[in-house]
Amino acid sequence: MGDRFEYRDVRVDGDDGPIIEHFSAHIPGEGLTVIVGPSGAGKTTLLRLLNRLDDPDAGTVMFEGRDARVYDVLELRRRVQYVGQVPVTFPGTVADNVGDRWEELLDRVGLPLALGPRMADVLSVGEAQRMCLARSMARDPEALILDEPTSALDTASKGGIERLIRTLADGGLTVVMVTHDPAQAAALADRMIEVEGQRR
Amino acid sequence: MIAADLNLSGRVGAGEVALALLLVAIAMGISRWRGVALERDIGIASVRAFVQLLAVGYVLDYVFSGQGGLTPLVLGVMILTATLTSGRRGRMVPGAYVIALSSVAVATGGTLGLLILLGIIPSAPRAAIPLGSMIISSAMNTTSLVMSRLRDDLASHRREVEARLSLGATAHEASAALHHAAMRTGMLPTIDQTKVVGLVALPGAMTGMILAGVSAFAAIRLQLVVMYMLLGGNAFAALVAGELTVRRLFTADHQLIRSLRRVPGT
Repeated sequence: MGDRFEYRDVRVDGDDGPIIEHFSAHIPGEGLTVIVGPSGAGKTTLLRLLNRLDDPDAGTVMFEGRDARVYDVLELRRRVQYVGQVPVTFPGTVADNVGDRWEELLDRVGLPLALGPRMADVLSVGEAQRMCLARSMARDPEALILDEPTSALDTASKGGIERLIRTLADGGLTVVMVTHDPAQAAALADRMIEVEGQRR
Repeated sequence: MIAADLNLSGRVGAGEVALALLLVAIAMGISRWRGVALERDIGIASVRAFVQLLAVGYVLDYVFSGQGGLTPLVLGVMILTATLTSGRRGRMVPGAYVIALSSVAVATGGTLGLLILLGIIPSAPRAAIPLGSMIISSAMNTTSLVMSRLRDDLASHRREVEARLSLGATAHEASAALHHAAMRTGMLPTIDQTKVVGLVALPGAMTGMILAGVSAFAAIRLQLVVMYMLLGGNAFAALVAGELTVRRLFTADHQLIRSLRRVPGT
């Protein structure tokens, strides 16, 4: 299996100079790839390029061997699901948020089915993070990209989410995850991409 | 008592205007006495009102006396002024001036055009200019409100909007709730004003006609046309401003434009 994603000499500009410059890396289709680096190194920016919430100012991001910009962007985003650092719940119940297959998906992310009819905004942060994963899984993605998925969680829920991410990666999904925590990266990753802080 | 006795407009001459300056002096006195420090602004406002209205008076007098062909020009200047004002207010939105121009022009053209086409008002400058000016100033406020509210809301609700985009929503779908809220913000003042009209304040056009000695019911009929016209005009303005603002705050690829995002550095 070839690369799922590839960064080719990518540059992204910020308000005062490039956030990312001359960045190249391969992300294969299998397993869990962790992008690790200090705060301010541009890790979130790198993830946002994968589902085209942003585009590089120079260089190319490849998806399945082709420039990510040649795909229909809405279709690309369905196939490449991005879950942000802070879980975002939409108005309505947990079932409304996740969609028709909520029972199967809540089970898959380890949430009790009793939560289905509950309002999504009463979930704990850890539960909300799992619900966001379930909502993304409902789109049948090929890749899951996660921005610091455990940074908002306490230690107990952190372990649970890490195990879930591992399970999803082992189940055949391409998982790309960002963390600032080298220990977490080393423990979880099949492969690591290190980014260095290059901001003044 | 016959109407002519009440005809205030005929009674107010230059002397009466000068006497009314006494009230300006009182306002300045209060400002000075209580340390509000607005004497200068009150002075400037009074002089500006005098100069602007006098100038407009000459223009209107000229246009009304057989130069009706200038009506589009007069309305055009008003639309341009409204565009500059509203565009400046919304300048955090790219292309704010174009949005303001489109929205005010569509509101004015649509509403005034319909009133004339349906034969509700004549196309004579004496009708088209004052009514047009009311639509223009009201559409200007609506446009400013819609643009700035939508921009601020998209910036502050960036996470939710991008979460929806990430799940495959289009720019319009992802911003729908905020788009509706901004249109409501733009349209509600006029709707509220229409609800309480006559109960809280007698509106300008009606006050003017009553002061000019016209019967109350004639004044009310015109006022109703004015209120309905403003409801329509503001809906046009909110529609155009909302639609164009959404288009300028997202890229064609359903991305929020960068200036709306804190550049992520983590």
